[in-house]
Amino acid sequence: MSFLSEALWVLLLGSLLGLELIGKVPPTLHTPLMSGANAISGITMLAALTLIIKAGSNLPLLIMGSISLGFALFNVIGGFLVTDRMLAMFSRKTSRRNRRITK
Amino acid sequence: MNVVGIVKYSIDLIAVLLLALGIKGLSKVRSAREANRLAAIAMFLAVLGILFNGIVEGGISASAWIWIALGSCIGSILGALIARIVPMTSMPEIVALFNGCGGMSSLIVALAVALFPLSNSDQIDNFAWVERASIVVSVFVGSITFTGSIVAMGKLQGWLATPSLMQSKFRHLINISLTISSLIAAIELLRSGQTGLWLLVISSGILGIGVTLPIGGADMPVVISLLNSYSGVAAAAAGFVVGSQILIVAGAMVGAAGLILTKVMCDGMNRSLVSVLFGGALSTSMDTAKGGGEYVNITSCSPEECALTLEAAERVIIVPGYGLAVAQAQHTLREVTRLLEVNNIEVSYAIHPVAGRMPGHMNVLLAEADVPYEQLKEMEVINPEFPATDVVLVLGANDVVNPQAKNDPSSPLYGMPVLDVQEARTVFVIKRGMSAGYSGIKNDLFDLPNTSMVFGDAKKVLGDLLVELKELGIGRNG
Repeated sequence: MSFLSEALWVLLLGSLLGLELIGKVPPTLHTPLMSGANAISGITMLAALTLIIKAGSNLPLLIMGSISLGFALFNVIGGFLVTDRMLAMFSRKTSRRNRRITK
Repeated sequence: MNVVGIVKYSIDLIAVLLLALGIKGLSKVRSAREANRLAAIAMFLAVLGILFNGIVEGGISASAWIWIALGSCIGSILGALIARIVPMTSMPEIVALFNGCGGMSSLIVALAVALFPLSNSDQIDNFAWVERASIVVSVFVGSITFTGSIVAMGKLQGWLATPSLMQSKFRHLINISLTISSLIAAIELLRSGQTGLWLLVISSGILGIGVTLPIGGADMPVVISLLNSYSGVAAAAAGFVVGSQILIVAGAMVGAAGLILTKVMCDGMNRSLVSVLFGGALSTSMDTAKGGGEYVNITSCSPEECALTLEAAERVIIVPGYGLAVAQAQHTLREVTRLLEVNNIEVSYAIHPVAGRMPGHMNVLLAEADVPYEQLKEMEVINPEFPATDVVLVLGANDVVNPQAKNDPSSPLYGMPVLDVQEARTVFVIKRGMSAGYSGIKNDLFDLPNTSMVFGDAKKVLGDLLVELKELGIGRNG
């Protein structure tokens, strides 16, 4: 029971935090933000890992955990890399502009 | 609490803190890239925390390590590969694909726990209930996220069209019956803990398809953002299933932040979430709008005339749209604007919040072509500047420059904020043909006397324009 009440508190506070974190987002960042948040939602890989660790010698459980881990990591790695690719385009611009100013 | 517990809790706490900072930083241009890396580090830490905990508590068997390595290698390599080779123009689709896989992952975890309960599940009744309830949520949301995201990707890629059955009112009936059967399955699963599982998987999966399929392409970004929020919820539910607090926090954060982002996007289009989800592709009002929608006064012109007008201009505004992305014409466009700039013609870009298939789509596209960031102007900033503008080039944009949204209360677009391009002295619309935009609505702009159409693929027309401008000697006297 203590896990449940703790978990519900965590859920509540986590949701409130999420609501507060994003205030005003410039439209430029909508796509990268969505993509970054999407990568974070691949955090289910932790669940997949827990599953594999606790599976013991249950082969179907190991296989399902492994598949789930694969899907989650596909989401995480791909998501972060794609976000970085998008954001790199913005930051390259700023660095070039700074260089021009310093010249 | 022993030392091991403290170490584990501190790893988790730091990871959560970094994740929160990451999401926060991603909403500011300056800090976005570092924030993204921060979030990635946080995820890595969280994985270390789980592995550490596993090793300390009973150890991780060799076979477990093998399966971990196998799954993570395949997933990471595929993910990295896709992230690298995908062209910038299909970003929205790829986000949808990744998102669907996240949903799938939560779904499989819940399925695995439902089919093979983790050892002593008959312990306390309370715990069994929590576990069943979280399995239900995880399966339901997980499969909707998966099928919905895949459909969204298919529609954006143009692989899927909306069947007419799903455009009629009939689709509500289908979706309602799917919802009911999911509900029955969910109750059955809650009661028994076993039966009803597959019915829930299948009916919620089809529900995901049924809800996403009728939604028009212009609304797709909102749907992807919403599905992204769902996958956060699915992750949080998976956290309840395996009893991991960090999973619950991160899932809840993504879920809530995704919801806010969805709302921000809806506001940008002046659409309510309800009308996006249940309104379909503006299909009901489309016929009436088309009825009186014949074009009467279309002026078409050649790239040569367009070049002559551009040469005489002092201020030019470019309005990019999805057509520009499809034609991959951003680099050619940049060459044209470079010529104009050399000739002291002031060039700026008007970015409508929903131009393209995803907010920020045009910014990414133009950034790729080296367009200076400060030349990209948002709608509120640039709208007052149109009356003082000589030439507006509309490149593959349609609905976002439709004056109907301001003038015609009967139009389905009415109320959507648009760019007031018709205020400029001359408007050139570069477009492949007279087909309507994504909304399927006639664009009154094309009928206006100061609008000329230049028909052709954006890249080809811009290429011709470049040649004509060079022949006029523009760009040489810089």
